[in-house]
Amino acid sequence: MIHTDVIIVGGGPAGLCAAYSLVKQGVSVTLFERNSKLGGQLVKQTHKFFGSEKQYAKTRGFDIAAKLIKDLEPYSAFLTIEKNATVLGIYPDKVVTVMKNEAYFKYQCKAIIVSTGAMEKVLAFEQNDLPGIYGAGAVQTLMNVYGVYPGQSIVMVGSGNIGLIVSYQLLQAGVEVKAVIEAASSIGGYKVHASKLRRLGVPILTNTTIKKAHGVDFLTGVETIQLDESWKTIPGTEKTIQCDACCISVGLAPMHQLLSMAGVHMKYIPEFGGIVPIASDTHETSYDGLFVAGDVYGIEEASSAIVEGYLSGLYVSNKLGMKSEEINSQIADFHQQLEYLRSGPFGKKTRQGLEKIKEARNVT
Amino acid sequence: MPKSPVIICRCEDITKDEIHALLEQGFTTFEDLKRQLRVGMGPCQGSTCQELIQREIALFLHVKVEDVAAPKVRPLTAGVKLKAIKEASDHDK
Repeated sequence: MIHTDVIIVGGGPAGLCAAYSLVKQGVSVTLFERNSKLGGQLVKQTHKFFGSEKQYAKTRGFDIAAKLIKDLEPYSAFLTIEKNATVLGIYPDKVVTVMKNEAYFKYQCKAIIVSTGAMEKVLAFEQNDLPGIYGAGAVQTLMNVYGVYPGQSIVMVGSGNIGLIVSYQLLQAGVEVKAVIEAASSIGGYKVHASKLRRLGVPILTNTTIKKAHGVDFLTGVETIQLDESWKTIPGTEKTIQCDACCISVGLAPMHQLLSMAGVHMKYIPEFGGIVPIASDTHETSYDGLFVAGDVYGIEEASSAIVEGYLSGLYVSNKLGMKSEEINSQIADFHQQLEYLRSGPFGKKTRQGLEKIKEARNVT
Repeated sequence: MPKSPVIICRCEDITKDEIHALLEQGFTTFEDLKRQLRVGMGPCQGSTCQELIQREIALFLHVKVEDVAAPKVRPLTAGVKLKAIKEASDHDK
């Protein structure tokens, strides 16, 4: 059994920032990252962020990742980073099991922060397993991390910010974007992204979904169909668009598995994208000493994950008995930042989700 | 023209038709389907198919997706060789 003060599961923006808050105060942290690289989704985001300077607006995603990693360097004495390390289970008494390079390890700690992020949602349609059909994460990884074309002509399913931004990046890379289709009656993401696509002649088809993929060994086209107000398909509105790639960008679901396994009190909250923990105001779950940060506690932008990360690190240091005026004022500042990030019309979902969490707390 | 398959669980290659055939027979919980078809028991441990299956059950039973119980999550989240567990426990002795 290996002992450490705090274990952080997931080295994306939330996990890195949580680690920063802790190591800065001399708390020893072991951070596990399943991939070979830290940074989570940031490493494949080549676009500049919106928001305020405090959450690195106007900086590209991968540059933000590099900065968050660099911020940790002075504190390496307190931080152990294990890459290619998958957390397998969370058990009572804060025992955590991990697999690294096919070897199995057991850890015990005083507090755990789960910042596992999210998983892409998929769609059920005919022939949805044909090669050429990707999730938006895979398209970004191929194109932005490895410089590989996902295809020559593509149909984007979903008009949230990821769908819109990735469509624009595909155009920049020289891929023909045939259309963006959206099941809802309005565009999901920011209009500034949608307008860029429209100006370049990409049709954005609302009330439309994908019915079927065409092709035998690989994708040759997609069949779309229109939806009525009650999300029912309208027969006779099928259209075929020729393409050799199709990108599914229909949202994310929190990676709740470790929390559910640990017996944390969970609830399906549609506004948060799926099953999330009913955590306290200080991000602590029903499992004493198990905290959450980032998309695993409801899908939001990376900027929110960053702030939530810093915050939960501070909450954990409070939990471990570290209390000071400085910590309190930092907590207040990050709180304010989160409220600012969630204040606009695009923060409505998060605000509703948090209300539901509060209600659920009272029930239990 | 016969309908082409709609894959719901890509780890175990389970189609929508296979799920509906069991729903019709009364296997209407996620746990039932898991035991019959191994859905959600592959490498991704249900992180892809979970909501799709909850949705199919919800539509079939005319209930909300959030009212369809998610499957129980058990350790471990990934495949581990018994050898690795044995080596770790020998080391602990």
